[in-house]
Amino acid sequence: MFCDSYPITAYEDLGAGVYSLRVKAPQITAAAQPGQFVEIGVPGFSLRRPISLCGIDPEKGEIRLVIADRGAGTHTLSTLREGDSIDLLGPLGTGFALPEPGAHVALVGGGIGTPPLLPLAERYRETCNAILGYRGRDQVILDVDFARFCDTVVCTDDGTYGVKGTVSPALEALLQACRIDIVYACGPAPMLRAVRDLCMQYSVRAQLSLEERMACGVGACVGCAVMTEHGGVRRVRRVCKDGPVFEAADIVF
Amino acid sequence: MADLSVTIAGVPFKNPVIAASGCFGFGLEYEDFFPLEALGGVSLKGTTLEARAGNRPPRIAETPAGMLNSVGLQNPGIDAFLREELPKIAGRDVVRIANIAGRSPAEYRELAERLRGAAVDLIEVNISCPNVREGGAAFGATCEGAVSVVREVKKAAGQPVVVKLTPAAADIAEIARAVESEGADAVSLINTLLGMRIDLESRRPVLRNNFGGLSGPALLPVALRMVWQVSHAVKIPVIGMGGVSSGRDAVEMFLAGASAVQVGAALFRDPFAPVKIIGEMNAWCDTHGVEYVRDLRGAASLWEDDPDWRLL
Ligand SMILES: Cc1cc2nc3c(=O)[nH]c(=O)nc-3n(C[C@H](O)[C@H](O)[C@H](O)COP(=O)(O)OP(=O)(O)OC[C@H]3O[C@@H](n4cnc5c(N)ncnc54)[C@H](O)[C@@H]3O)c2cc1C
Ligand SMILES: Cc1cc2nc3c(=O)[nH]c(=O)nc-3n(C[C@H](O)[C@H](O)[C@H](O)COP(=O)(O)O)c2cc1C
Ligand code: FES
Repeated sequence: MFCDSYPITAYEDLGAGVYSLRVKAPQITAAAQPGQFVEIGVPGFSLRRPISLCGIDPEKGEIRLVIADRGAGTHTLSTLREGDSIDLLGPLGTGFALPEPGAHVALVGGGIGTPPLLPLAERYRETCNAILGYRGRDQVILDVDFARFCDTVVCTDDGTYGVKGTVSPALEALLQACRIDIVYACGPAPMLRAVRDLCMQYSVRAQLSLEERMACGVGACVGCAVMTEHGGVRRVRRVCKDGPVFEAADIVF
Repeated sequence: MADLSVTIAGVPFKNPVIAASGCFGFGLEYEDFFPLEALGGVSLKGTTLEARAGNRPPRIAETPAGMLNSVGLQNPGIDAFLREELPKIAGRDVVRIANIAGRSPAEYRELAERLRGAAVDLIEVNISCPNVREGGAAFGATCEGAVSVVREVKKAAGQPVVVKLTPAAADIAEIARAVESEGADAVSLINTLLGMRIDLESRRPVLRNNFGGLSGPALLPVALRMVWQVSHAVKIPVIGMGGVSSGRDAVEMFLAGASAVQVGAALFRDPFAPVKIIGEMNAWCDTHGVEYVRDLRGAASLWEDDPDWRLL
């Protein structure tokens, strides 16, 4: 883990109130794993903002953060531009389990839950299927980025783009059509529950990336609890340290 | 280089900065940022007799100049604390403080008994947690409650006892006097102040527990006032905390009467905070010709009343 001020090398407006920052942070990049996150210090705010790693580029020593302007903190961050610096703590948490390349993986992302899945698309490419869900056409982000690496299906609730409906039918069709070794999902809780149920039904391993309000980000304050159950034993685990990625079967929603 | 060492209840600290309970896990979570030895002491996560799950999340809410938490004493219980957590830091050159909480005076006593011979230098008796249904701040709010706990703990404790006080008491100095006369070796203050935040869209409290304890800079002036009042009411040392985020804040705590400070929420904004505070205290002492930081304790004096000024 590192905590320092790092230069922003690129800003991009992705539309729909979402923006992308590339940050030169060689130490964080070298240690980062897909599914991990950073906590961003925002001037004037007492708590850091957890944001997933949407890109890890060891060659350039850069990470990419894709952030939705959803409140005062993420709004302040939206004013940052190339050349500004940003205060990052990371890489934090335990990311996705990574089977050997060649494993067939499926990614299921909902809205602003899509960014942490992008490094997996890059890693598994031809043996990866992405299913991305959004409310409507105007909310679609990163679909082009995913499509560069892997087979990508976009679903919108209102049918204004891609396939009409939630991600569930698309995931079920995929699970029926081919052998999937593992499903990775990140998004709103109802979507995660649906993914878990489908994967249990088809006996496919699934890992979910969870969100919880955080303070320390390093496992010290137990502010970010999630109840898990494994082998009949219930345990409270820390989303920031033991997660944010957990085995779907273990999560008590 | 000023001499930052202090002694509290006979226990020597190399410097007066202690990580606050509940904000520093069981001591190793911040090792990527600084070695444990950099600190004067660590107060470990509040420990109860049995393992506790704590409160349902969300447990964290942001506030102006601070935060609320409703963790609710999630901890693995005293057995796991002694068996799994404490051994990991037992050999380290830092003052180890066990922080204990019970539902009854008898539970506190049993916890103190279990700590006999353990690798802890001090026992911090938490009679001030605002996030639990039983015990907690209820004991710290009245002299009778506080005395009932301290009496039992003192019967069993093998280490000096620090009693952690709550700002929820009507007269915190009175509580401090009561625990001093019961044999408390030091007091620490303040624990968090109960607060609330409401989400405008859902019209529900942000915290699933509805209420939570306020910590961070918002607490500093309240803590300073209480440290002042308590340190002028008792002879035992006072450990000051509540919003300490800089060397200047720490010096202010000393001037108010503290013999050491604890640092909690500041860690969340800046993981290097305690080490920076130590460095800043040192620099402040140097530029102000202070050789021994302990000389700053209680060095502020109040303005005297001036009734004449009010005459119209
Ligand atoms: C592990 C993890 C990864 C995340 N990755 C991303 C990402 O890649 N892109 C992205 O846009 N968002 C991500 N989020 C959500 C993001 O952290 C919140 O949207 C952000 O903290 C909101 O801050 P704010 O100041 O704009 O909102 P406010 O509502 O003003 O925030 C108030 C407080 O609540 C916290 N908070 C509010 N919403 C959330 C939330 N959904 N999750 C956790 N804390 C919250 C804030 O951190 C802050 O402490 C992630 C959350 C977690 C836990
Ligand atoms: C997340 C969190 C957990 C805490 N847990 C405990 C605890 O277990 N026992 C205790 O005595 N105090 C606990 N506290 C209170 C702190 O030790 C400290 O008294 C308080 O936060 C004020 O100091 P600060 O403003 O520097 O954080 C906790 C505080 C926070 C923020
Ligand atoms: S945010 Fe502190 S333990 Fe997770």
